[in-house]
Amino acid sequence: MFAQAATSPEVVWSLLWPLLFLSIGGVLLVTVTSVIPALRRPGMPAALTILIGGASFVSTIPVWRRVADTEGPTTVVAGAMSVDAFTVVMTAIIAASVVLTALVLDDYLRREGLDGPEWYVLLLMSASGGVLMAAADDLIVLFMGLEILSIAVYVLAALHLRRTDSQEAGFKYFVLGAFSSALFLYGIALVYGATGSTQIDQIAANLRLPNEAGLTPIEDASLLLAGVALLLVGFAFKVSAVPFHVWTPDVYQGAPTPITGFMASAVKVAGFAGLARVFVISFSEFGSGDLIQDDWRPILAILAGLSLVLGAFMAAGQSDVKRMLAYSSIVHAGFLLIGVHAAGHGDAGVADAGGRALVFYLITYAAMVVGSFAVATVVAGRGDADHGVDAYRGLFRKHPALALMMAVLLFSQAGIPFTSGFMAKFRVLGAAVDGEAYVLAGVAMLAAVVAALLYLRIIVAMFLDDADDEGGDEQVAGSVRKIDVPVGAAISIVLAVIVTIGLGVLPDLGRGVVAAAADVLVNR
Amino acid sequence: MPLLAAEQVSFPVLPALIVVPLLTVVALLFVPRHRADYLKAVALLGTTITGAISVQMLASFDVDDPGFQFVSRATWVEDLGISFFLGVDGISLFLVVLSGILYPIAILATEPHHDAKPYYAWLVLLQAGSMGVFMALDLLLFFLFFEVVLVPMYFLIGGWGHGNRVYASMKFFIYTMAASALMLVGILAVVFLTAAETGVTTFDVTQLAGASALSDTAAMLVFLSFALAFSVKVPLFPLHTWLPDAHTEAPTAGSIILAGVMLKLGTYGFIRFGLYLFPEAAWNVRWLFITLGVIGIVYGAVVATMQTDLKRLVAYSSVAHLGFIVLGTFAFNPQGIEGGILVMVNHGISTGALFILVGWIYERRHTRQISELSGMQKAAPVMAGAFTFVMLSSIGLPGLNGFVGEFLVLLGAFNANRYAAVIATTGVILAALYLLWAYQRTFHGTPTETDLEMKDMTMAEGLSLLPLLGLIVFLGVYPKPMIERIEPAVEALVAHVDAHVADFADTEPEAPAERTDAGTLTDALHEAEEKKEGK
Repeated sequence: MFAQAATSPEVVWSLLWPLLFLSIGGVLLVTVTSVIPALRRPGMPAALTILIGGASFVSTIPVWRRVADTEGPTTVVAGAMSVDAFTVVMTAIIAASVVLTALVLDDYLRREGLDGPEWYVLLLMSASGGVLMAAADDLIVLFMGLEILSIAVYVLAALHLRRTDSQEAGFKYFVLGAFSSALFLYGIALVYGATGSTQIDQIAANLRLPNEAGLTPIEDASLLLAGVALLLVGFAFKVSAVPFHVWTPDVYQGAPTPITGFMASAVKVAGFAGLARVFVISFSEFGSGDLIQDDWRPILAILAGLSLVLGAFMAAGQSDVKRMLAYSSIVHAGFLLIGVHAAGHGDAGVADAGGRALVFYLITYAAMVVGSFAVATVVAGRGDADHGVDAYRGLFRKHPALALMMAVLLFSQAGIPFTSGFMAKFRVLGAAVDGEAYVLAGVAMLAAVVAALLYLRIIVAMFLDDADDEGGDEQVAGSVRKIDVPVGAAISIVLAVIVTIGLGVLPDLGRGVVAAAADVLVNR
Repeated sequence: MPLLAAEQVSFPVLPALIVVPLLTVVALLFVPRHRADYLKAVALLGTTITGAISVQMLASFDVDDPGFQFVSRATWVEDLGISFFLGVDGISLFLVVLSGILYPIAILATEPHHDAKPYYAWLVLLQAGSMGVFMALDLLLFFLFFEVVLVPMYFLIGGWGHGNRVYASMKFFIYTMAASALMLVGILAVVFLTAAETGVTTFDVTQLAGASALSDTAAMLVFLSFALAFSVKVPLFPLHTWLPDAHTEAPTAGSIILAGVMLKLGTYGFIRFGLYLFPEAAWNVRWLFITLGVIGIVYGAVVATMQTDLKRLVAYSSVAHLGFIVLGTFAFNPQGIEGGILVMVNHGISTGALFILVGWIYERRHTRQISELSGMQKAAPVMAGAFTFVMLSSIGLPGLNGFVGEFLVLLGAFNANRYAAVIATTGVILAALYLLWAYQRTFHGTPTETDLEMKDMTMAEGLSLLPLLGLIVFLGVYPKPMIERIEPAVEALVAHVDAHVADFADTEPEAPAERTDAGTLTDALHEAEEKKEGK
């Protein structure tokens, strides 16, 4: 027995490539750029990062073939990580965010005079943490992923050396993030104490069959429930659900804008991936037939409702676009929580609909939020400080294409038909209504209307607020500062818009992918 | 599905009505932004082709078929049973045609003055959206179009409107979006509750109406969520406050489309989705809507009388006209509903023409204040003639189009509730009051010097108005072809309601289904009076 325990577990490396590209790529990047000065020249680290992120993204395809088509879901590294359709989809989203962020980041750093490979290294490290988090099949591994992700992002948030806002943001994020990590860790300990395992499948199995495998039945559930509550608080911090959102507006506003885009997309995706996996799979049912969902789903519903309502109302009062988008990300968190809420439903059909809604929402949300922050990066100009709604005034005259794409992204976030944002909201609401959560669905729709006000204010500034509306095209166009859109940012924005409109008009694209990923969550 | 026509036309007429405007928008993107003339030509061409297709569809419409024709469907979201399902029946036919012809006229009759490229792009995009909304037979598809038309209209009001345009566009957008928010939840509820009964998840309206699997309470709640969205769109009395702002600040083309097409989304929604999907619920709350409709008729007319701004006056007259449509719809008999549909079309024609004329007056005089205009008849006799003509049609003078619809509505309302009909009739009198009085103050009287300098209507303007004037006469003198196309679908709808409402037949002992032909209107009235005496 001892000899066996001492040998390291067999590792199926071929299934880990998406993760390995990101983490080893990050380590290699920091090494080679410190050894070879030529690779430190502006543009080079970005190119390498795009290459690494792209490799990670592409390598998800063969892994997908294996786990979704031929071999089925599996766990690697002695049950530490599960490689399944859900993992692969989340990994692909995170890898895509890395590429899109790196595209924007290159010109941003040149513009701000902040060159350095460390941005990209941290980006890759945090992405690898995110992937680990999405793939974790063990709460300890999940926590490792969370920490790798978070620590890298704390630093990234503070990395704009010339702006005190940025450092303040990094510090705030760090303090609150560390606090939430501590709660999270304590939650893991309590869950372990209650169920005898930290492994996600095993927790579920132990809860379901308490008398088998020599485990004591859980008679007093208070330990377990306290652990579940602490885990939920930890996740709620990460996904910025009200009332654990207070860091979000400050950090989103202060962090360098491309990094804010990364935080809003990849970090949130990782957070929701972890949340969905732990709650939907682990905390599903007691052996006695009681559903443990009945304990956490109402809390989730309240968190979702609060996020929707408070996020929408707070957003309407803001005048800084980054802060607006921060509050809007809280509203989106509310919608995503409804998806998790439905995915945890006892009825298989509802749970399936909820899982699909969640996965679809995450894909579309990541694209639109990266695109929106890329536009914000471009519009703000040198100094990364000009984020008021006024900065968008007359953007349609200065740069019609940019204004139109921003309008598409904002309308999508508002949930206007024929954009992916509508289909995402629609799927989430459909799952909620299917699960008879009518009040929650109604609250969500009304919050969406209030939130629409905030997107409309930006759109009004871009299209309708001109210095002089009767003056004719030439006169106005001559009097304003020209906006240059760097190539990298342009590619990033165009890709985001393509995804947004593509999935809005043809929502059945990738239906199989979404269904397979959701299947992992709800049909274990 | 017995409601679907078996015949499948080879040319996909209905998708073409959406695709042609979309292609036109794409074409517009490639026209240089400074060539307003080319832009106008392209926009006009695209919308005219669309209009021609819609007229061609009208010509090949099978008069006797009460079901959906030209049906076209393709799966869109498979796991939720959502399909791209389009079809036209007598109820939607003329609204589609109206959308087809109002756009080219609106483009021809008005100029954007600045930023021609986005202006025409939004306008043509709006045509695609309004076509879709009248043809959609999938609940979600309907909702998508219902919502998406807000975006181009929002930009048209905000970008090319007058005065407080940004406020008006924002109010318009948020007000209507808020009202339809709960409708989406309602749509999902009806779909999933039906799916729980039948085991099939579908957004197909014909299947949902056939299943009617909802409990009374659920059906009522869902109907109310629909009704809220439609009532704001109509707009019904206490929910109308967005309308005067949006109409007044919108550019002329925006006002034409807003009044002619977009207000009809609400009334059309009531007939197609309210009555059809939730007959019992709609029947049980018909008093509420009859009351609100009657209040709207009187209130709209009284407030219109008080207006000092000519465009605002026309805007409030819409509240009154739309009240007639709601009254007719909730009379729950063929005359009322047919009359409602006729008023929808006629109001689109008359009010569209009125907005065009008011827009021309504004362009010449840069004011719409009634007090600042007088004696224009001297300087612009042709325009005065056209205005008189359109005004009389709007008042409902027999022989012009406005009369037929309002008369049928009043007839239907009389059968359902004679007091409502009596009060509603005062709306007709008041319409004569506010329009004639406004006409008298602006076109008669002593002209000032600026009044005398006013240019009369040009030949081009006259030509762009001519199709509407022609329709006003034609539909007034000979409404039969229109009525006989509407009638089968409406009778099928009333029969559907009859089959699903338990106490329907008792309260409507002799719903005279055959009385709606223009030639037998007097007979119907006569019979109604006999009935009254008999009681």
